[in-house]
Amino acid sequence: MNPPAISVHSLVKRYEDLTAVDGIQFSVPQGICLGLLGPNGAGKTTTIEILEGLLDRDAGTVEILGKNWSSHGDWLRERIGVQLQDTRFPEKLTVTEILRLFRSLYKKGRDPEEVLGVVGLEEKRDTRTIKLSGGQQQRLALGCALINQPDILFLDEPTTGLDPQARRRVWDVVEQFKAGGGTVLLTTHYMDEAERLSDQLVIMDHGKIIAEGTPEEIIGSLNAENIIAFALEDGGAPSLELETIPGVLTVRSGDVIELVVSKTNQALPTLLDRIRKQELEVADLRLHRPTLEDVFVSLTGRNLRES
Amino acid sequence: MSQIKELTRSRFLLFIREPEAMFWVFLFPVVLALVLSFAFQNRGVNEANVGYVEGQLSTEWVQALEADSLIHLIAFEDTVLAARKLRSGAVAVMVSGENPNLHLNYDPTRPESEIAQMRITNRLQAQEGRQDVVLTETTETTEHGSRYIDFLLPGLLGMNLMGTSIWGTGFPIVEMRQKKLLKRFLVTPMKKTSFLLAQILSRFGFLVAEVIVITAFGVFLLGVPFRGSIITFSILSFLGAISLAGIGLLVASRAKTIEGVSGIMNFVMMPMWLFSGVFFSYENFPEAFHPVFRLLPLTALNDGLRRLMLEGDGIQTMGLEISVLTVWAILSFVAALKIFRWK
Repeated sequence: MNPPAISVHSLVKRYEDLTAVDGIQFSVPQGICLGLLGPNGAGKTTTIEILEGLLDRDAGTVEILGKNWSSHGDWLRERIGVQLQDTRFPEKLTVTEILRLFRSLYKKGRDPEEVLGVVGLEEKRDTRTIKLSGGQQQRLALGCALINQPDILFLDEPTTGLDPQARRRVWDVVEQFKAGGGTVLLTTHYMDEAERLSDQLVIMDHGKIIAEGTPEEIIGSLNAENIIAFALEDGGAPSLELETIPGVLTVRSGDVIELVVSKTNQALPTLLDRIRKQELEVADLRLHRPTLEDVFVSLTGRNLRES
Repeated sequence: MSQIKELTRSRFLLFIREPEAMFWVFLFPVVLALVLSFAFQNRGVNEANVGYVEGQLSTEWVQALEADSLIHLIAFEDTVLAARKLRSGAVAVMVSGENPNLHLNYDPTRPESEIAQMRITNRLQAQEGRQDVVLTETTETTEHGSRYIDFLLPGLLGMNLMGTSIWGTGFPIVEMRQKKLLKRFLVTPMKKTSFLLAQILSRFGFLVAEVIVITAFGVFLLGVPFRGSIITFSILSFLGAISLAGIGLLVASRAKTIEGVSGIMNFVMMPMWLFSGVFFSYENFPEAFHPVFRLLPLTALNDGLRRLMLEGDGIQTMGLEISVLTVWAILSFVAALKIFRWK
């Protein structure tokens, strides 16, 4: 039987006055994409860099393809592909030159020409990297990560700072790799990226895992049917006694008030009824299905984008 | 495809795509040699400025001194101005008097004043009837190899090799560290020695061009002698470049910023600019220090190149120089590999 692509037990990493990773464990079967989702500072990058063999751990065990870094470092490096956060390539080398360089570092791998096609940079083959857009540079980084035909692809925030179209092109490359049977470990603080690419999710906060499972399972753990978000003309809603509305699970106050509801057909009419009786004016009212963002907020009281 | 080959190739491409680097490597030393050889050219004995105050030097003597082709006689209207010109060095000697009393005013520590004063004395003594008792016969020799430019060019070549080796190796490494490219290489199976070796090897392509341009310029345009063997010359330049590139590697092995590494580079190169005999011989410093200076890699390179070019010395006389360069090359490479910061 194949060993899991990645398995992590009781992993701990401490910096001087901070425990960046605090006893996490998870396992990634071969051929799936695991997303590590969390806000900045959650410990995602520290975790992925330990798995890539870049950082030493303070406690716990890490196995990649059933091997560990201390005894099989070079064997593993031949079999992983890595895209780090903000690596910048030499400005005056061309796309093909960079791919050739990276290809030369591995015993086995693909022809740079073929990889140009995979990441959609054929037309930019002789362009110097300084002339590439952010999305093209990111696809070049992906090309370098794929040049050795890796078994596992590590991506650290692959689309941060890119526009929507450029993000989709990066996602296409990753999905193509998955379709070929590859394993992916991805960190991100975008829930749409996590939902789109990941088969399994691990949500981290302050170095700990606060939720895990498939995106559906994690969202299902809220037991929520819908989220009602509304705002009133004159701000707050002190007299509405929202907690007592039937079908409301939790209330989050703010400029926009959010109600996590299990029974929309009871909660919504009651809410509107109370607003009408108090003669308040509705400025905004929305209803949406719960998302990973809502799970994160209800677990931590903060948004993913806040650090 | 071999790692070293591709790493070397990309490093080399990056260099030739950097126009500023081309300037510093090729044009700068040539311009420097031109300017310095012009400023320090051997003009023989210069015409000396000799001053007198009107009315204080007899007419016969004024005529006698004006007839001397190496004396430029200047008349002053008053003593104050004349004294000031003498103090400032614009005038080498102030002369006054009439036969039989000659009075000379000059600073004996200034060579040109001393020469001018002897010339004036001889001239006026002869004019007033002194007879020479010894017949002097002179043979004049001007042979290439003794001019300042002859001394300078090998030193300039050494200094340029040092600059391009240390800058050319050090700066790109720090830049790659800043761009996290070194960190990216760390997650590939790249051998660390391959990477560091490639940084040194990539220097050789332009090393050859650099040495040829500067040497050919000196030998063919400025007439600097080249008396030794080309093979020994190549070995010396090659070893010099390796050991200095090794030092560049070491200098850049920890630094995180360009500013930081610039400081270390200046700190490392400054003593060699001064004590390795680039612009002037280190023989000017007390002899007790010479053994220490000879252990500097640039001193070894400059001494070797200079003896080879000017005196035609062979490799069998350069044991010290070759050993010093080899030891520096090995030590700096091993030390750099050990302390190198990849992240």
